[in-house]
Amino acid sequence: MTPGAEITSAAPPALAGVRRRRPKFRARDWLERESVFSWVLLAPPLLFLLLFLGYPFVYGLFLSFFHMEVAREPTFVGLGNFVRLWGDAIFWKAVRNTAEFTVLACLLKMIGGLGMALVMNQNFRLKALSRALLLLPFVVPTVLSTVAWQWILDPGMGLINRLLVVSGLATTGPSWLGNPTLAMLSIILVNTWRGLPFFGISILAGLQTVPTELYDAASIDGAGTWARFRHVTLPLLMPVILIVTTFSIIFTFFDFQLVYVLTGGGPANETHLMATYAFALSMGGGQLGLGSAAALAMMPALALVLVLLTLYVRRA
Amino acid sequence: MVGELTWQRRLFGLWLPLLVLTVFCLLPFVWMVITSLKPNAELYDPKAFPLAIRHPSLEHYIGLLKETNFLLWTANTMLVAVIATAISLILGTLLAYPLARLRFPGAALLAMTVGAAYLVPQTLLFVPMVDLVNRLHLGNTLSAVVLTYPTLLVPFCAWLLLGYFKTVPKELEEAALIDGASRWCAMTRVVLPLCVPGFISAGIFAFTLAQNEFLYALLFLTRSDIRTVSIGVVGELIRGDAFYWGQLMAAAFLGLVPVVAIYMFFVKYYVAGLTSGSVKG
Repeated sequence: MTPGAEITSAAPPALAGVRRRRPKFRARDWLERESVFSWVLLAPPLLFLLLFLGYPFVYGLFLSFFHMEVAREPTFVGLGNFVRLWGDAIFWKAVRNTAEFTVLACLLKMIGGLGMALVMNQNFRLKALSRALLLLPFVVPTVLSTVAWQWILDPGMGLINRLLVVSGLATTGPSWLGNPTLAMLSIILVNTWRGLPFFGISILAGLQTVPTELYDAASIDGAGTWARFRHVTLPLLMPVILIVTTFSIIFTFFDFQLVYVLTGGGPANETHLMATYAFALSMGGGQLGLGSAAALAMMPALALVLVLLTLYVRRA
Repeated sequence: MVGELTWQRRLFGLWLPLLVLTVFCLLPFVWMVITSLKPNAELYDPKAFPLAIRHPSLEHYIGLLKETNFLLWTANTMLVAVIATAISLILGTLLAYPLARLRFPGAALLAMTVGAAYLVPQTLLFVPMVDLVNRLHLGNTLSAVVLTYPTLLVPFCAWLLLGYFKTVPKELEEAALIDGASRWCAMTRVVLPLCVPGFISAGIFAFTLAQNEFLYALLFLTRSDIRTVSIGVVGELIRGDAFYWGQLMAAAFLGLVPVVAIYMFFVKYYVAGLTSGSVKG
């Protein structure tokens, strides 16, 4: 009886132990599966992005089909908001401004950035410091540097007009931010100032990956400075320039702070960009539906740039 | 090569353009400092040469610190930027790690979505975002911006970290797994510690982006004591009368000192972060 009792009394605890451990083991194994572990990690960021990016996006689409003012019941108007924008002269002015601003500023940044990269790609003393300093416009908070530009461009006591007067070039300088054309040019100038280092430093990083043997080979074949630039440097830099320009187009197209601070869309709504006009409609005018529609009107341009970029990346 | 030619080439190919670029890039900062140090009488004297300072004075700085909430705005800006950066790094890591190192269904689609999310600007979403923040009862709290900034920063951090995570050899992780480590352990003890430079790059970049954010702060922070520097400067220092430039430039200068100090300290990592999107990827 004693040996049998020993066996029976010994067996259940062991079994119980196995039973207790097994489900734990399974949960762990399940979690260790590559796809399960992946989705467990992905869940928190995806939930966050869904709430704070996905939901506003969908809700924005929804809002654009409603006539909605602050603290009023929304009424469905279908495409009414878009129809109203279609007939809105200020909206079209903003669209034209946005297009001109984006194209000109990005072009200036691209050319200037290429120049900056070519200058910085040479060897000279204090190169690291110069690179750090030249990147400053891109690093510092835009609003703070834009306020400084506003003061530089001030018609009465601003730096540019004061220098014009002191040097005797003019008796009173032009109103840089008061004249619509000059104001647009000023906005383009300040955006170029801010974005130039991004192009310069990115293209410089691209330049540094060009193997020097290629230049040597081109020189032996009799290529001059221009020919080496045109046929060696430029083709190799093309991918970098394209990517940087795409990024810059997107961020320039949707720019808000610069115009908001520098001109506030004035004089007489002449310098609005689509972003500042959408803000003025919804926050200034309290027309949330109309403002949402104006913001969404920027989508097709973003989509177009994204499609072009995807096509390019696929091909490369 | 002929000595004279190199000398000329050096002058016109390097020193002159470099001088022009430096003057153009640093002009606003120089003008900021000069303005902030001039007393009003000199600042608005039409006969004085604008770039000279004859009687430097700290009156604008003292006035700024005494009359406005500037120090509070600075503290708010730092607090918001640090928390938003921390949230973004954690969520960005969780998002980038599986995309870079694991195989799972839907990976390709997800990678594209993250790329697209990175490019969605806040100007597109601000109207519904106001509604969302109000529904969560976060209006006029720093939490509103702490929670909305990461929408811009998470996709960016994930994109940047993705590149760094991919550089760690797969064998290291496999060795850890064979030795009995869990996947979580292999990730946190083996792979992530090797990506510290990536975290610094993403962190510095996210931090400067958070400092730079304006639209959400403008929408959500309307009470003076919870404003950030950018919003405070635009909202409270630009006043109706004309003679505020001294204080305004003092505020702008002090406002960018912390960002520039941190940037200068980590400039190598900043540049690595800046160029990784276009050059590495």
